[in-house]
Amino acid sequence: MNQILDTVNISLNFRDKFILSNVSLEVSAGEFFVIIGPNGAGKTSLLKILSGLQKAQQGSITIKGKSITKYTRRNLSQILAIVPQQIEVGFPFSVSETVIMGRTPHLGILGMEGKNDFHIAEEAMKFTEVFHLADRKLFQLSGGELQRVIIARAICQQPEIILLDEPTTALDPAHQLKIMDLMEKFRREHGTTIIMVSHDLNLASMYGDRLLLLKEGRVVKTGDPKTVLNKSLLEESYGCQMMVDESPLGQVARVTPIPHKYQHI
Amino acid sequence: MSFSAKILLTSLLLSIVLLLSSIIAISAGSSGTHFLETLSVLTGNSDPDSVTSTIIWQIRLPRVILAAFVGGTLALGGLVFQALLRNPLAEPYILGISGGSAIGAILAMLIGLSYFPGVAIFSFAGSLLVLVFVTTLAGTTLGNTMHSKDSLLLGGVMMNAFCAAVIMFLISMTRSFQVQHILYWLMGDLATIQKGQLSILLLVLPCFVIIFILARPMNLLLLGRETAAAMGINVKNTILLLLVITSLMVSIIVSLSGLVGFVGLVIPHIFRMVLGPDHRLLVPSCLLGGASYLIFCDLLARVLPSSGELPVGIITALIGAPLFIILLLRDRA
Repeated sequence: MNQILDTVNISLNFRDKFILSNVSLEVSAGEFFVIIGPNGAGKTSLLKILSGLQKAQQGSITIKGKSITKYTRRNLSQILAIVPQQIEVGFPFSVSETVIMGRTPHLGILGMEGKNDFHIAEEAMKFTEVFHLADRKLFQLSGGELQRVIIARAICQQPEIILLDEPTTALDPAHQLKIMDLMEKFRREHGTTIIMVSHDLNLASMYGDRLLLLKEGRVVKTGDPKTVLNKSLLEESYGCQMMVDESPLGQVARVTPIPHKYQHI
Repeated sequence: MSFSAKILLTSLLLSIVLLLSSIIAISAGSSGTHFLETLSVLTGNSDPDSVTSTIIWQIRLPRVILAAFVGGTLALGGLVFQALLRNPLAEPYILGISGGSAIGAILAMLIGLSYFPGVAIFSFAGSLLVLVFVTTLAGTTLGNTMHSKDSLLLGGVMMNAFCAAVIMFLISMTRSFQVQHILYWLMGDLATIQKGQLSILLLVLPCFVIIFILARPMNLLLLGRETAAAMGINVKNTILLLLVITSLMVSIIVSLSGLVGFVGLVIPHIFRMVLGPDHRLLVPSCLLGGASYLIFCDLLARVLPSSGELPVGIITALIGAPLFIILLLRDRA
């Protein structure tokens, strides 16, 4: 598979503290790539650098064979969409108004949408199953619905890469699977590259093609889920005891963090 | 109905309101002329040397035009700042433009300059100084994601506080007969305008166009700077451009009218409640609606007192605040 995004030795520091240090990674077109690691490991910072929202102090980022610094914000947004961790719902935009904002990098100077743009937005809403909510205001939605609206907006951008920052953190198991299944299905149908930051090691194991484990701003390990989800690597990175075995589903690793009271077993 | 059609229809309706309120405001005044007579003067069907004709062309029309530009510019300025700072309390003066221009204007009055061009130039220079400060602050804070999103707002509020202290100092040093001039200027005074000065107002027209072009990026800015950037907006340049353009147009009109208050705060809120948060609709609506509102308030300020007139800033708040609260209660219900 051909490479769509890669970084060489990117570093970021704030005052004297390293946030990221010599991070190199390669993502292939159409890959489901999951970044894992403990709180404060620099996952969100890495995602921001990959999306061009933040500049790395050192190192290079190449997207589709071209340095990220050569892109205008508009051109970059035609290739790359972001599903952020926190979503602003304070202003009373409706679901359809929010989704069609994803068309921004494709519109002319006056920013007026045409028929085709509305069609793309409608398809995106149908795909993430929020079309029936089109006229609702954002603040009237549940967490799961809101997340699907934001994903619809990202899809509406017609990107080749979608970056997601912990999209399932605040959701119940059914909604977590729904979001992940949507992303998986979209990737299968459109060949879109998915790069996701996640705290959920089991979701990462079940959906990721490859994982990157980050600790204190450094890459601990990159590889397929079974290689990265290694008991001693995880215990050292997260600082708690872990049990790693094969999931009853078969073929995938299952990670169970072990609470103190069970550690004698 | 397509969105473009909605914008056109709303603008058309508000233009009619603006035209009607202008004609009514030109018809009424202390010398008591009539509606039909006004129409015949405006359409050129009456003696151009008559007293009525002179009053209308030399006094009322310039004043109504000034009120329209001041109202429209302030409402639009408030709309832009509320979006930029993502703060519902923002208004055109919030970053300190009012303070800077007031210091300039008061200094000019104290050294005995005339309203035009002396006070206007000093006031404009004062607000430009503030603009340089605010732009520098914005340039520094926007480039650095580690800064709090409110640092620009807080910087502006501090600027205003500092200017307020200087203004109070200047007033306390002033002899009594000058204080009333200063107070009238601080509350907004549309009475000093001369017909020949109106062409200055044309300078704000390009600002309106630029702001309309940036209406969609403003929608995205409401969702947060990172989200806007993620969807292809050059956030820093957009914010700086909006900041400079808006501050310039507000400075221009303030130099001619003084600090007319409240229009810039309440009009954007009223239209947002009625029309929703899309700036492509709100920009033309605030412009036309703000213009009509200030023409109407200025009319009341002229005709309500049995002699003399009230500063228009009193009327804008006396009507605007209750109107806003009524809408707020209705909105919640």
